[in-house]
Amino acid sequence: MSKKCSRRNFIKKSIAGAVAAGLPLSAFKLLAPGEARAALKESNLRWAFLVDTRKCVGCGFCVKACKKENEVPYDVPVTRTWVERYVVTRDGRTHIDSPMGGRDGFTYKRIREEEIPDSEITKAFFVPKLCNQCQNPACVQVCPVGATYQTTDGVVLVDRTWCIGCGYCIMACPYGVRFFHPVHKVAEKCTFCYHRITKGLKTACVDACPFGARRIGNIKDENDPVTKTILTERVAVLKDEYGTKPHVFYLGLDERVR
Amino acid sequence: MIEPSVYVHGLEWTTKELFTYPNEFIYWSVQIVMYPYMTGLVAGAFVLSSLYHVFGQKDLKDMARFSLVFSLALLPVAAMPLLLHLQQPLRALHPLFTPHFTSAISAFGIVFSTYGLIVLSEIWFVYRKHFVEQVHALKGKKGAGLKRLVFMVLTLGAMDTSEEALAKDKRAVSIMAAVGIPVACFLHGYAGFIFGSVKANALWMSPLMPVIFIMSAVVSGIALCMLTYIVIMEFKKIKAAIAKGMGDESVQEIKGVEMDVIGKATRYLITFLVAAISLEILDLIFRGYTAMKSWDILRSVMYGKDFVNIFILQYGLGNLVPFIMLLWPKRTLRRVAIATLLILFGVFMMRWNVVIGGQAFSLSFAGFMHYHLPIIPHNLETFKEGLGGVLLVMVTPYVLFWIINKFTPSIGEATGKA
Amino acid sequence: MKNHILRPLWVAILLVSAILIARGLYVPDDFGVNGRNFTYGFHRKGNIEDWKAFPVKYRGRDYCKECHEDNYSSVSDSAHAVIQCENCHGPALGHPDNPEALEIDRSRGLCLRCHADLPYPGSQRGDLPAINPDEHNPDTPCADCHNPHNPEQEG
Repeated sequence: MSKKCSRRNFIKKSIAGAVAAGLPLSAFKLLAPGEARAALKESNLRWAFLVDTRKCVGCGFCVKACKKENEVPYDVPVTRTWVERYVVTRDGRTHIDSPMGGRDGFTYKRIREEEIPDSEITKAFFVPKLCNQCQNPACVQVCPVGATYQTTDGVVLVDRTWCIGCGYCIMACPYGVRFFHPVHKVAEKCTFCYHRITKGLKTACVDACPFGARRIGNIKDENDPVTKTILTERVAVLKDEYGTKPHVFYLGLDERVR
Repeated sequence: MIEPSVYVHGLEWTTKELFTYPNEFIYWSVQIVMYPYMTGLVAGAFVLSSLYHVFGQKDLKDMARFSLVFSLALLPVAAMPLLLHLQQPLRALHPLFTPHFTSAISAFGIVFSTYGLIVLSEIWFVYRKHFVEQVHALKGKKGAGLKRLVFMVLTLGAMDTSEEALAKDKRAVSIMAAVGIPVACFLHGYAGFIFGSVKANALWMSPLMPVIFIMSAVVSGIALCMLTYIVIMEFKKIKAAIAKGMGDESVQEIKGVEMDVIGKATRYLITFLVAAISLEILDLIFRGYTAMKSWDILRSVMYGKDFVNIFILQYGLGNLVPFIMLLWPKRTLRRVAIATLLILFGVFMMRWNVVIGGQAFSLSFAGFMHYHLPIIPHNLETFKEGLGGVLLVMVTPYVLFWIINKFTPSIGEATGKA
Repeated sequence: MKNHILRPLWVAILLVSAILIARGLYVPDDFGVNGRNFTYGFHRKGNIEDWKAFPVKYRGRDYCKECHEDNYSSVSDSAHAVIQCENCHGPALGHPDNPEALEIDRSRGLCLRCHADLPYPGSQRGDLPAINPDEHNPDTPCADCHNPHNPEQEG
């Protein structure tokens, strides 16, 4: 019996030894410490967006440009940015639509098969939407694997090589900005055209807008024209009740905008 | 023209009404209904077995062993819906590799495997004696070499079956069962937290969500164990009746034992059912009374579009009817079986109404979405997230139980021996 | 014989070790807290570079000007000066090598994006010159009569 026991002990010990040898110390370490944290404190760059709803005419060039620039399949309803049409009538009703995200603009007066006579309209306008690049993004908080994150300049990105496609971030975003990429099968969202803004270009949608309804700037730079407008004019954000601190600011936002 | 490689998740089973954001679809479909449903059954089955091991509820002795093994069979199935749901199933281990603990989902792998290990070790302690006996019994038997080897491995080399060692096993079982209860509740309450913490969703966001989930989990777990127990015992009865004739006393004996066990389990079932319904009703009343911004759209979903699902199928058919059936005097086995079946259906509808109902309205509060369960699949997605996937998930625990039970006999005569 | 009670624990430790080893091998080295904090900055650092390397498709009117100076200046003097060339001509990535010629959108739908009549009070849309698409020469391409590069002038 004792002999048997010692043999077993020997096996046990050698297994334990093999495990200990095979375990690199790094396996126990909490993954890489925050070196970049210091960089953030010094960072004088924080992207912000300004939408002037009074200037938007609903041409949808922004949506078209976004889809082509960011390789989101053109003929599917999902889109990184979209334009909504709001038509308020005398009876107090609000008619809202955004066919194909407004990709082909708004060329007819009818909204979902309903003809609305001009005389019934009290006000009507277009509202472009895109990712709010929140300061406290709910979508990032709920990602189980660290596949989506906020960059030090305030943009929320998705790591396509790491996303597991659970859809929790899509559920967590109060603005309905996220979707599954129809080709890559991972969470997809507006990146403020990160590949463009980091090269000194504007986003594709800003460039495509003929009327200056969309602008992007650095909110930490007081001399930035966009920042100046945000600082001096009355701007609003969408759904601030969620505490996400959105960084897409709106001029001329109506209380009916959802 | 949409190319075949382009696939918009959710487009095939979602229809939209009025205004919804362009990216809104039913992203969490039937597999996410199955996920809390199956975890609920696991947790419930375990709690039932622990009532005997920890609190010494002797009346549940026969049920305890069965429900413990059954909860092991259910365990892998709780993770199955998630795998079927993930867009990148090959990356399913990422939450274990780089857990982002601010996410309610990230700890799933950890809690789930902890729980799995607890169940496994409890079963090991319960059946260790049986394993050792098998190793000895199969010694030298022709053709049983492989089976013996499996049992050898299962003993983990602990061959000591002295009184002293067995007493230690017994103590370990009750410790494991005691530790298991909070972990089981955590596992499931945590599934509730996944939903309850989504602030963007007006229907889900509620601190009561985890508690409601735990209560209904226990209800469904007990109901499933009772139902399976009845079915298996009936089967035994028929077998005995065929072998020895209807009037044989062994048939009567099985019947007596069965009725006794079921009667006692029913008491627990009713208690948890009352708790679950009370909490759900409280949540509903509170939403109506406080009438926040989202109440308009919630009301039109609950009292309008989903009225049949919520009030007729869930509360009516799934809660009230079985409640009356169980309390009605002169209980019969058949009535209990039907009642447990209805309760299982009711809990399923509750999960459905939470998961699908939570996506039935647009985040804009200006439109609705409807989910159409894909019945006949025409590609992998419509199989995985359709009726096919549901049936697969529902059948698997029974297949697993059949296999596991070969090594850890948990029903009938074998129970007495082991 | 020693206490057998701890046997399952050994199995558990073995399992955890296996996962930790797999993690060490599989997870990229630059994965960690690379931003504000664990909540918002936990990710693979290299992904930022991946996104920066994404190809730019729309080059802007100054790029077009390099070769198409004549068209550039004629548009600049017109009411269509606000519209980027690529809005109608398509993204210029690769042009003029590949594709040699860009695919121009000449559809009525393109013009109707702005010029279909929607007299909305509260939006600048109502201020644009507009037609009813069903009544205004419904079967004729707009460019047959209007010069898109100089809309004031009949084409």
